[in-house]
Amino acid sequence: MRPGSEAELADCVAGLTGPVAVRCGATRAPDAGDLPVLSAAGLSGITLYEPGALTLVAGAGTPMAEIEETLSAEGQMLAFEPMDHRHLTGRDGVPTIGGAVAVNASGPRRIQAGALRDSLLGVRFVDGQGRVIKNGGRVMKNVTGYDLVKLMAGSHGTLGVLSEVAIKVLPAPDARAVLLFNGLTDAEAVEALCAAMGSPFDVTGAAHLPAGVDGDPVTMIRIEGFEGSVALRAKALAAHLVRFGTPEVERDMGRTAAGWAFVRDLKGFTQADAAVWKISVRPSDGPKVGAALRAAQPDVGIVYDWSGGLVWAEWPDTGDLRVHLAGIPGHATLVRAGRGATGAVPRFAPEPAPVARLSEGLRAKFDPRGLFNPGLMTAHV
Amino acid sequence: MQMPEPSAGILARKAEIVAGLRDRLPADAVISDPAETRAYECDALTAYKCPPLAVVLPASTEEVAAVLAYCHAERVPVVPRGSGTSLAGGALPTADSVILGVARLNDVIETDYPNRIIRVQSGRTNLSVTGAVEADGFFYAPDPSSQLACAIAGNIAMNSGGAHCLKYGVTTNNLLGVTMVTMEGEVIELGGAHLDAPGYDLLGLICGSEGQLGVVTEATLRIIHKPQGARPILMGFDSNEVAGACVSDIIRAGVLPVAIEFMDRPCIRACEAFAKAGYPDVEALLIVEVEGAEAEIAEQLSKITEIARRHNPVELRESRSETESALIWKGRKAAFGAMGQINDYMCLDGTIPVTELPRVLGRIGELSKEYGLDVANVFHAGDGNMHPLILFDANADGQLETCERLGAEILKLCVEVGGCLTGEHGVGVEKRDLMMTQYSADDLEAQLAVKDVFDPRWLLNAAKVFPLDATANRRSAA
Repeated sequence: MRPGSEAELADCVAGLTGPVAVRCGATRAPDAGDLPVLSAAGLSGITLYEPGALTLVAGAGTPMAEIEETLSAEGQMLAFEPMDHRHLTGRDGVPTIGGAVAVNASGPRRIQAGALRDSLLGVRFVDGQGRVIKNGGRVMKNVTGYDLVKLMAGSHGTLGVLSEVAIKVLPAPDARAVLLFNGLTDAEAVEALCAAMGSPFDVTGAAHLPAGVDGDPVTMIRIEGFEGSVALRAKALAAHLVRFGTPEVERDMGRTAAGWAFVRDLKGFTQADAAVWKISVRPSDGPKVGAALRAAQPDVGIVYDWSGGLVWAEWPDTGDLRVHLAGIPGHATLVRAGRGATGAVPRFAPEPAPVARLSEGLRAKFDPRGLFNPGLMTAHV
Repeated sequence: MQMPEPSAGILARKAEIVAGLRDRLPADAVISDPAETRAYECDALTAYKCPPLAVVLPASTEEVAAVLAYCHAERVPVVPRGSGTSLAGGALPTADSVILGVARLNDVIETDYPNRIIRVQSGRTNLSVTGAVEADGFFYAPDPSSQLACAIAGNIAMNSGGAHCLKYGVTTNNLLGVTMVTMEGEVIELGGAHLDAPGYDLLGLICGSEGQLGVVTEATLRIIHKPQGARPILMGFDSNEVAGACVSDIIRAGVLPVAIEFMDRPCIRACEAFAKAGYPDVEALLIVEVEGAEAEIAEQLSKITEIARRHNPVELRESRSETESALIWKGRKAAFGAMGQINDYMCLDGTIPVTELPRVLGRIGELSKEYGLDVANVFHAGDGNMHPLILFDANADGQLETCERLGAEILKLCVEVGGCLTGEHGVGVEKRDLMMTQYSADDLEAQLAVKDVFDPRWLLNAAKVFPLDATANRRSAA
């Protein structure tokens, strides 16, 4: 099923007699299995773009590439630097804005500019009864009624099928500097990242690769803006972090963009059979996560982003990684199941009973017939 | 403005309910004497008043849970209250309700600079959050103009903004976690020092829900390092259109100022008479502030000045000292006080797409003439959040009603051009009956369904946000 308009989508949902896999570009979600696919990819196209108001409205199926090209032509960009999941999932589909919203796809800039949900101004979607619902709008400040926009971001298509989204965009930077520290331990690196984030120099990326492109540890700190300001802050930040060594400073726009895409898309993860987990913790707890995982599984691959608060693990094991993280507050999501996984490990962290009741209550209201991606976000599959 | 009839059954049981509350709280935490409950009869929307049945001032999450569990079991309505600074009537009681004030919950629980967070109890005031970290160079960014008095609990309930949102976002963008008590008295933790939700973004959902989904007792907030410096520039233009175009061009050029404030002629004149900030007598005035180290400020201001000059400003005044900066801000900061000197006023809060600014200001001018009441405009132009101030005389017969009708027309206009009814004050009781201009019945039903999940008996602040007739069945079934 691939409706070509919101009205067709609403009719399509109203006529459903059983569960469907809700997809857009199908580059991020797990395999649909036996379920018929309901795709929003046909709801494509930018319907409004006002550079002077930093606002863009597009159909859910609009390819990310189309949006990024349109913004780039006006010297603007998406604030949340969305990850392209194709390297991880091995899919050849086309990433779409609707898919990015459904998983709240937020890349390295999330630590400074917020997640996708922070840039999402409005949504239109079709609920499980085939009703078209709108929430939010296209203005930056809006507290009129409940914020269902946040609820829809990251709901993985389980509460409704997105038809249109409105997003706040940002000016793209003229210049960039990346401070590169070599050879730091995880603990030293995260300390340096936290020190950078706590400085007044407006850092827009703070990542650590225990195994960088050449296999050695590299710590990356990004500054962006106008040329004069970038040069000034890069120098001041290097001085601020002098106790961690003297960094190399990379200024080339192309090379720095490629370097951050390498972090964002986890190109350092090359074990196609391994599971990939996304672990969200207090940034200074990041190294504890890394140490606990290494102790349990020496072949684990680790990437630290968001100042240490996001730990990616390439986990050559089909078991539940969460058992090794007891006592560290936060949560872990299984983004890619490894080869041989039985489906017994829940993708999303089990919620405490009172919270799970609220989540189930919302699902029952928005999708009373249990049509959309059944079981995907429930803890116990 | 209508409020639901109080339940005669609850009113008749006042003594029993007060005793039940006293069983669960220290003696000084329950107020029931009508002379004392009067202090809670309204918030900053003072046109509407109603003393509550009783007031409770719990001092811990456990006490909040005990009160809510009791009220849930006894089916007593509860109205949560931060500091009572709502301009929308968010904390307005009904006669059969218990006001749950968080004023005694004001501790700092944890400050963590490497992770850039502070955890506070929710009754703490907005400004005192910054006060707890500013000696170490940090601040909490959302800055509603009531920040000296308003509580974090109320900021979360209304998703409060402020003048610096263009760069730093509003409350929801700076809130990482909460401890919340549901109406049933269950304590839940949402978020924390980490980023993003494990499942649905319930934290995002409760922020801005106007105290209808739960009572927040603790919050983890993002703190950030203060910029090295900040400096404003003042620009005067001879038309609103040109000033609006200038705002748009600044944003397009890739400069992201920390604030862009806009004042129109009626507002400029009133502020100038009151504050004597030396403002030029022009049609429209912009104050644009940028941040950073001195050289960065200079770089940004030179770009902004270059753009402004293309629009032939009548006046262009770049601050060269702390004193000059303070003077530029003096008039703007005195705007509400200046209006209060002249007259009673109603402050609106609609948001519009920035590109619609000239058209909306023109139409507001026409409506002002039509209704015979002056309107002064002062607002956050960068994000389109307007604050039209309608001047009226509360003692003159019928003027409040005329003012409310004009206000409704202006808000409808905001929605019509692609904006919304409220950008940062919330719906409360004030804009409740205009919700259908922005939302369809299905849109509202989806929101009501959320309340059904969190508060199935519709006891928590239930007469707010939605038109009363849209919620009547739910409230009476409860």
